[in-house]
Amino acid sequence: MDYEISLVTTIGITVMFALSLNLITGFCGQISLGHAAFLGLGAYTSAMLCQAGMPFLLTLPLAMLVAGLLGAVVGLASLRVRADFLAITTMGVGFIFIGVVRQQEWMGGEMGVTGFPGSGLGKTAFMALCLALAALTAGVSLYIQRAWMGRVFKGIAEDEDTMRVLGIDVPRYKLAAFAIGTALAGAAGGLYAQNLKFIGPDSFGFVESVTVLSMVVVGGIGSVFWVVVAAALLSALPGWFQFIGDYKLLVYGGLLFLMMRFSPHGLAGIAARLTQLLKPKGVAGQGAKP
Amino acid sequence: MTQAKSGEALLRVDHVSVRFGGLTAVDDVSFTVHEGELLGLIGPNGAGKTTMLRAITGVVRASAGEVFLRGEPLVHLGIDQRVRRGLSLSQQLVKPLRTMTLVENVALAAGFAKTVSPLRSLLHVDSGAEMAVGMEMLARVGIAERAHQLPGTQPLGVLKRLELARALALQPKLFLLDEPLAGLNSQEARAFANTIADIHQSGMTVVLIEHNLGEVMRLCQRLVVLDNGKKIGDGEPRAVMNDPEVQAAYLGGDTLAKSQPEPQSPQETTHA
Repeated sequence: MDYEISLVTTIGITVMFALSLNLITGFCGQISLGHAAFLGLGAYTSAMLCQAGMPFLLTLPLAMLVAGLLGAVVGLASLRVRADFLAITTMGVGFIFIGVVRQQEWMGGEMGVTGFPGSGLGKTAFMALCLALAALTAGVSLYIQRAWMGRVFKGIAEDEDTMRVLGIDVPRYKLAAFAIGTALAGAAGGLYAQNLKFIGPDSFGFVESVTVLSMVVVGGIGSVFWVVVAAALLSALPGWFQFIGDYKLLVYGGLLFLMMRFSPHGLAGIAARLTQLLKPKGVAGQGAKP
Repeated sequence: MTQAKSGEALLRVDHVSVRFGGLTAVDDVSFTVHEGELLGLIGPNGAGKTTMLRAITGVVRASAGEVFLRGEPLVHLGIDQRVRRGLSLSQQLVKPLRTMTLVENVALAAGFAKTVSPLRSLLHVDSGAEMAVGMEMLARVGIAERAHQLPGTQPLGVLKRLELARALALQPKLFLLDEPLAGLNSQEARAFANTIADIHQSGMTVVLIEHNLGEVMRLCQRLVVLDNGKKIGDGEPRAVMNDPEVQAAYLGGDTLAKSQPEPQSPQETTHA
């Protein structure tokens, strides 16, 4: 049972992490190749506050705050650069995070942080907490998608110049997407640290950023349901098949490439095409009669 | 000319210049637009009309001068802020959001009160009222029957009307139209011009940039003529067009009688 509990806990945390990136990249169209840095910020904030004696549950909001504030700062970069340049900028942010953490003795340096007090929750209760927070994140995502914010994000993702002409303050919306997405990544980071009981700079590197991006892309940029499915599957696979664990980067990188090449809308796109095929002809795309 | 005092003007362009490096696209241009007016901003290709319009909307920054909307200076504001103060732009190249249906496109614009800040947009979900406005605007421009279709498959004439509906949904005080008739055949152009006339008659103040002189003469109550970035005419259409300087610049010396709707130059008919 222990193995299943630990697997489900990992899945919950990964789903939450993937959904947090989906808010930025999927909803608002701002690519990030450094999202693991915010998982790391949350993990370090939570672990070190636990070490300082703060109860774990209280560290989560603070982990969100720290990650969200720095996320908004990184979001400022998205106001200056777009698309591929933003990818490179955020990649740089990820490297800066690791580079800085490595040099900080008080953050454990190369050795990382370990031996911080636990959450006080049993394994099952902690799993339940992770699943509840993942479900909450999915709920928040679905709400944002339905709210006016989701409509504006969708418009910005497609054409921000047109959105300006429609009176939309595009920079503020982008910053909001970065702040919300990175704050949620921070919360996932707090859970991550508590789950593994060890964090080091290498836990939040470029590979992790690419992994989470491949989950969002494989699921289907912007689709909450399919990103959950993809994140759950891709985080469970390495556990099920040991060889995938050994070739993790190759598998995720390959999936990223295959999806971009053959189904840019991911699993969601494949599902949509299948339902389109199964639907009786003539229903799709029919307009309302006057 | 019966020029109202500038204090009463809805829009006042005051000695605006726009320079791109060494090129002066708009050179010290001043004019006013009054409430309820339909003003034609015309001139030959490269005269600076579109740049003038962009300086008004904030797409390009004026190098000198000021633009006032109801006395409020605009030049330091961004595009979105100017739009929220009552400017609305229908662009020459139509840019529908292709992932949304026509009515959703218009509804997004109609929701401007709910999208003023991210926080407010987060707290509002319902879009029933905006969808109703969207349908109303689509009906007004005559494409309501396509409301639930995606823009991808629509002909240019429909997309132009969508652009019009979306700009109207912002409930502007001043409506700026950049070559709305470009790319349409003469029949479509006439029908579209009638739609613009209807919108104007419902009380909207309109500035129209247009190459189709026939429709311009039919619609506009006043013309401002630009040539090489400078204003060379301002007044009642016929009087302006009979001015030798305007004729020389705009018509190459021809008389007004020959100013039939001319074919559009190819680069202006391109669209997605």
